[in-house]
Amino acid sequence: MTTIDLTTPAMRSGTELVPAIDEGTTQTAKEFTSDQEVRWCPGCGDYAVLKAVQSFLPDLGLRRENIVFVSGIGCSSRFPYYLDTYGMHSIHGRAPSIATGIATAREDLSVWVVTGDGDALSIGGNHLIHALRRNVNMTILLFNNRIYGLTKGQYSPTSEVGKVTKTSPLGSLDHPFNPVSLALGAEASFVARTVDSDRKHLTEVLAAAAAHRGTSFVEIYQNCPIFNDNAFDAIKGMGEHKGNKEHAVIPLVHGQPITFGPRDEETGLGDKAIVRATGGGVEVIATADVDIEQVLVHDAHHPDASTAFAISRLTDLGYLSRSPIGIFRQVERPTYDDLARNQVDHAVEAASTNGTPTERLTALINAGDTWTID
Amino acid sequence: MSQTKQVKQLDRVIIRFAGDSGDGMQLTGDRFTQESAVFGNDLVTLPNFPAEIRAPQGTIPGVSSFQIHFADHDILTAGDRPDVLVAMNPAALKANLGDLPKGATIIVDTHDFSKRNLEKAGYSSNPLDKLGEVDDLLAGFQVQPVDLTGITVAAVTEFGLSRKDAARAKNMFALGLLSWMYGRPTEPTVEFLSKKFAKVPDILGANLAAFKAGWNYGETTETFVVQYEIKPAKMASGTYRNITGNLALSYGLVAAGVRSGLPVFLGSYPITPATDILHELSKHKGFGVTTLQAEDEIAGIGAAIGAAFAGSLGITTTSGPGIALKSESIGLAVMTELPLVIVNVQRGGPSTGLPTKTEQADLLQAMYGRNGEAPVPIVAPQSPGDCFAAAVEAARIAITYRTPVMLLSDGYLANGSEPWAIPDVEDLPLIDPNFATEPNHELVGPDGEVTGKDYWPYLRDADTFARPWAVPGTAGLEHRIGGLEKGEGHGNISYEPANHDKMVRTRAEKIQRIADSLPPLQVDDPSEAAKVLVIGWGSTYGPIGAACRRVRRAGYDVAQVHLRHLNPFPKDLGDILRRYDKVLVPEMNLGQLSKMLRAEYLVDAQGYNHVYGLPLKAAELAEAIGVLVGETEGREVNLGEHGLNLPADHEQNPVEASK
Ligand SMILES: Cc1ncc(C[n+]2csc(CCOP(=O)(O)OP(=O)(O)O)c2C)c(N)n1
Ligand code: SF4
Ligand SMILES: [Mg+2]
Repeated sequence: MTTIDLTTPAMRSGTELVPAIDEGTTQTAKEFTSDQEVRWCPGCGDYAVLKAVQSFLPDLGLRRENIVFVSGIGCSSRFPYYLDTYGMHSIHGRAPSIATGIATAREDLSVWVVTGDGDALSIGGNHLIHALRRNVNMTILLFNNRIYGLTKGQYSPTSEVGKVTKTSPLGSLDHPFNPVSLALGAEASFVARTVDSDRKHLTEVLAAAAAHRGTSFVEIYQNCPIFNDNAFDAIKGMGEHKGNKEHAVIPLVHGQPITFGPRDEETGLGDKAIVRATGGGVEVIATADVDIEQVLVHDAHHPDASTAFAISRLTDLGYLSRSPIGIFRQVERPTYDDLARNQVDHAVEAASTNGTPTERLTALINAGDTWTID
Repeated sequence: MSQTKQVKQLDRVIIRFAGDSGDGMQLTGDRFTQESAVFGNDLVTLPNFPAEIRAPQGTIPGVSSFQIHFADHDILTAGDRPDVLVAMNPAALKANLGDLPKGATIIVDTHDFSKRNLEKAGYSSNPLDKLGEVDDLLAGFQVQPVDLTGITVAAVTEFGLSRKDAARAKNMFALGLLSWMYGRPTEPTVEFLSKKFAKVPDILGANLAAFKAGWNYGETTETFVVQYEIKPAKMASGTYRNITGNLALSYGLVAAGVRSGLPVFLGSYPITPATDILHELSKHKGFGVTTLQAEDEIAGIGAAIGAAFAGSLGITTTSGPGIALKSESIGLAVMTELPLVIVNVQRGGPSTGLPTKTEQADLLQAMYGRNGEAPVPIVAPQSPGDCFAAAVEAARIAITYRTPVMLLSDGYLANGSEPWAIPDVEDLPLIDPNFATEPNHELVGPDGEVTGKDYWPYLRDADTFARPWAVPGTAGLEHRIGGLEKGEGHGNISYEPANHDKMVRTRAEKIQRIADSLPPLQVDDPSEAAKVLVIGWGSTYGPIGAACRRVRRAGYDVAQVHLRHLNPFPKDLGDILRRYDKVLVPEMNLGQLSKMLRAEYLVDAQGYNHVYGLPLKAAELAEAIGVLVGETEGREVNLGEHGLNLPADHEQNPVEASK
């Protein structure tokens, strides 16, 4: 078998080829809001994400007509209808493949996928992992409410074992996926996790995801008050966990030692620290018990995803009482769509010296052994 | 040529090359075909090979064959029964013997008739040892035993190849011998080999030597005393090449891109017998063709739909099992009304079925295989070369009417070949994508005054019912589409009962209106006295045409019409059907077109249905037509030699024959 070293196109930002708005002009959230009535249940976490996105998009500075949102099916997948950009609400699980076609066909579009935990990880699991490994330039927002919302409350691929739902009256038997671990395993070049109610963090992550060239995978913890309420209360420091958010959220900041829990005024470190475990992986230890040098410093740009994966395993599989939040991984890797366009562009350029498309088509169909009858 | 040889004139010959999968029979057939094409014969080919890449050597399932029918007149099929069988081993002999008429010539490679190979083929003794004896299995055939392998190995010694490699050139020896027998030009093969093996001079030398040795063997030995001459066919003027259906279809898709000015985007997943189209289009990036080998069929069509939304000519290629996977996505394309060409190169089903064999059993799947009322136009090519024009036509309909279109080829068209009159690119239809660039709908204020304009993605063209196609990047036309029901005009989600009823009917009407753009059907009824009409679609065109010619040559009347458009049907089809007393519908399925014709026109369409994984046989079909003609006209019909009776395996057009 032969392999060819591909000529890799220059690395750029995720939106570099997308036309920007005219200098000196601005856009508003209102311009990005469509005239359609939003129809999620009251209190649904989707509202918060929509608001955040509507106010974030103007800041991107891209022309509205060059932004495309594609979604699958689920409550969250209604998202595109509420944004006044181009959009497609497609079919269950298939949004990543449709977005792959859009992003590959056009370098001048900013492509976004909105999907749910069922949409992305169950019926569409195959498309998700292949989009991630290809590294198509787009941003995937996975709204994880750990339940099937639209079909009224069945367990999903992220639901905890033992969860009682309509389809699991005696408790769910399925071992859940950790979406971040899955994305890292699929060799995603950008992997992050954020929370619906934390507008500031969500917006920061969206900005980083948009700036990243390649598939940016963002898991958003999203509360479904109707079918899986309080699933993220610990992470949000709500309800019985009121005021305890710092015990639950492990903040990931590139270049910073990873600690959580109540902060020490002086060092700024939490009382719990992440260190490398002796048997591989990472573990949580009391900060007081370790040398500061031993605390793991987060390196999102490390070429090897092993440590990021180990960190992702700190997420509880059952009820979420602890989870790392932030950008797990961000590395540069050529994108599928850039490479594909590169091949086509070079071929077109080379071919153009051989005449117009019509002349070349004529030559093509007349090639090989031909004979003429007068 | 040596003086002792005689030359006999023939008007047509059917040759079948058969051997083990590893014997290179497809290549041999292909080269013989090129030689015949360049010589100027009309021809039709039928490759037939196992699904396994390397089926157990020497066994019957491992037999691969290539049949070519070539003639000095216009022909329509690869022929029912070979006049000549080249059998490279006992299994090839056994597997093909039943198809031969008595009197046929059999050339066998005696070398491979070893005890082991005979056993593998299920022969308890060597049939070649019994020639002329009472229990001669091959009595009635003209058997020519030749040690093809032995002579080849001897002929190539100077190249110092291993015995195994030397023996592999035996297919070129066979090709040389047959090329001599039928006076084929040798230059195309010499040129082809020189190119193919340019980098391996030993192998090139051996193949050329074997090819020449085969030719010389015919010319100089006593074994073969007759050389045959089949004059070039009188064909319409033009430049021709030999082409397979998959290649013609690929070129047609490239042409559709050129004639529409759209970039072509193919999303596909490999599956026999459609993969060659993905292979071929992958070579044509210079035409702005992007090919994506997706993770599965669903992703393939998904990417094509995405590309279509983004303004490309979206294409997806597959075979029946892949269509099953794509069904939900096809529904999405119906709902979003995006242009899309879906190619189904049909194979034997159900399930994995017969991957390398042909069948036409996906018509109803194409027609109805989706949830909801989801009409999809269907176009079917009728011959390998016609796959080109059919692909352009499918793209024309898709782009003009903003709809997914199903292009139904099949395994026989895909791999079979025929001379193709190469069209002038400028004569192909121009396809106008007609992108929307401006808002199309007036906003009206409370007092009826126009307050501005916006874009309604489902505001239709009054004639075609096509919706506008606004691609991302067009300012002011931002809009959302999707699988949920659309409100008429504005395209926002609507659950209104009356709106849904309206939209279902509108989508159906849009597809029906395609019929306004179709040419009238061509009915072939030379005597204009026929009472029986034979109607078909797709690759059965050849066998049906050949069968009708037989019936006419035997002195009876029959009419033929062939459908390229299966949805919508051409507008004149109903009238044509009603003009005839009886309608016969030959198909390689259990009666799918006949069901559609019955449902649509309330005619008593009768089926003629075979599902052998092979093309219909013209002589058998002629007999069936004869029976129906007899019943209809109330008289005895005897097709004589034009039916199943010996000696003719003839399909010349009676008009031409009488000239
Ligand atoms: C092919 C297909 N199968 C099943 C469904 C029904 N269905 C719609 S959404 C959904 C699950 C959605 O769950 P998730 O992706 O988590 O989205 P959420 O509603 O929770 O936002 C299912 C099973 C469908 N629409 N299409
Ligand atoms: S069911 Fe849950 S996820 Fe769906 S809209 Fe209601 S609250 Fe939101
Ligand atoms: Mg969900």
